[in-house]
Amino acid sequence: MNKNVNTKSIIIDKPLKLDCGQTINNFPLAYETYGALNEKKDNAILVFHALTGDQFVSGINPITKKDGWWSYAVGPNKAIDTNKYFIICANVIGGCLGSFGPSNTNSETNKVYGTTFPIITINDMVNAQNNLLDFFQIEKLFAVMGGSMGGMQVLQFISNFPDRAKIAIPIACTSSHSAQNIAFNELGRQSIMADTNWINGDYANQNKNPNKGLSVARMAAHITYLSKNGLQEKFGRKLQERDDLKFSFDADFQIESYLRHQGSVFVDRFDANSYLYITRAMDYFDLTKEYGGNLSKAFEKTKTKFLVISFTSDWLYPTSENKEIVIALNAIGADVAFVEIESDKGHDSFLLDVPEFLNTLKNFINNSYLII
Amino acid sequence: MKQEFKIISDFIEKNTRVLDVGCGDGTLMEYLKTNKEIDIRGIEISKSNSQKCVGKGLTVIEGDAEKDLTQFPDSSFDFVILSQTLQAFLNPEIVIQELLRVGKKAIVTVPNFGFWKVRLHLLIKGTMPITKNLPDEWYNTPNLHMCTIKDFYNFCHDRKIKLDKALALRNEKTSPINEINLNIKNLSAELGIFLIEK
Repeated sequence: MNKNVNTKSIIIDKPLKLDCGQTINNFPLAYETYGALNEKKDNAILVFHALTGDQFVSGINPITKKDGWWSYAVGPNKAIDTNKYFIICANVIGGCLGSFGPSNTNSETNKVYGTTFPIITINDMVNAQNNLLDFFQIEKLFAVMGGSMGGMQVLQFISNFPDRAKIAIPIACTSSHSAQNIAFNELGRQSIMADTNWINGDYANQNKNPNKGLSVARMAAHITYLSKNGLQEKFGRKLQERDDLKFSFDADFQIESYLRHQGSVFVDRFDANSYLYITRAMDYFDLTKEYGGNLSKAFEKTKTKFLVISFTSDWLYPTSENKEIVIALNAIGADVAFVEIESDKGHDSFLLDVPEFLNTLKNFINNSYLII
Repeated sequence: MKQEFKIISDFIEKNTRVLDVGCGDGTLMEYLKTNKEIDIRGIEISKSNSQKCVGKGLTVIEGDAEKDLTQFPDSSFDFVILSQTLQAFLNPEIVIQELLRVGKKAIVTVPNFGFWKVRLHLLIKGTMPITKNLPDEWYNTPNLHMCTIKDFYNFCHDRKIKLDKALALRNEKTSPINEINLNIKNLSAELGIFLIEK
């Protein structure tokens, strides 16, 4: 991981009481912005990133030197048009790109926090990011949006701050992490913790890195982001730079080579402990339970206009779970639209070039901006 | 805009909450929103139409009215619109019940299978009628439960559903339907438009 890249950040001096009971203060929150805030300050969009995302939504990510994670959707004349809107995205707390996280150094001990970092939740992430609105002196955002864990943050944000966004677009997400979701995350965590270089999370203080564990965690997770058909179509049983099976455990198949590559590039940009902390935050996410089993109550105080979007081939956060959000909103007469986009690209559809998705998003955002 | 939509819109009072079931590409919703300051929601089964509606900024849910109306609370809308879709449901009786549960009133329009051209088509040609309002062949029509104006009139009567208004539409012209002229309208009208309540 390259820790020397300069990122924009604010220091949050207001104490933040975390769900785990601890209070943090004077902590950094790294962010990036795109486009310009207009005079009326009514064109701001807060984008929330997913598990392994960061604040570099669009353009070239200065760490990876690759396109930002939502480059298909965010940019000049794109669905989320940086010529029209002011887009803000922050690295979540618990993350590893400048915001307060387990790879930070504890000033009291002069050691990297590792697993002594407090457990954080989606609620904590959102509460920390709300400080950005005060920083930019934005009374009310035009929109909050995000996919996957970003969508969970959208739901939590609206429930915590019912008056601070005009529209909300949770994409490919859920109001409550399912047993299957938790199971996959646990698989990833166990893989990291099984790496002898993890050393109970203290690896950074001992100049080690659990790259193998983190890489396997990424490989397993990556499978859940794709669909069976998508994988079959792209890879099938195609062999990797060879004419025949090698009768060994090399990467004979293209899919194996692809996953290994995904794993190996991931460890260069992501901290293993952050992976533990963020997946834990996702697993703890249960907005329904937070409101006594009635999800509708989470949105009772809001007049925000919602658009919920799911994808046909997403089996990680399937349409049925996205629809539960719609049902909860309709039960209280909230303003909610919903579409399920046809795509064979699985959960990752929201990050990819899926024209029906991007067009619907673009038209909805632009028309809503004119109406509201 | 279609004459049918104009009539529907005349039925609806300003500043009310309306649900358009099977809202298509959102034409009626847009009209009601701009002209009558209606808080309007839609539900639409087709993906491309749902996306069109949402793209216009309309509050539309992609879904199947036969399953998805259950999520709306009782009397959560002042009016529920069902335009020329009743015949396409597996169970129109339950759909009508649901419309009257969700809405204080419902506006239902029915392509009239008793229209004389339809009858004549079947009588003379001996094949399933194809008309302006019934454009599909028997093998690809979405219509499972065709009915006549008289059928729907009797349906409401038998179930003690109140018919607040009943209009016959023919060549863009409307006329009231009542017990006395029912047989005539059932022959002369292309479309029946009903405002009903429990």
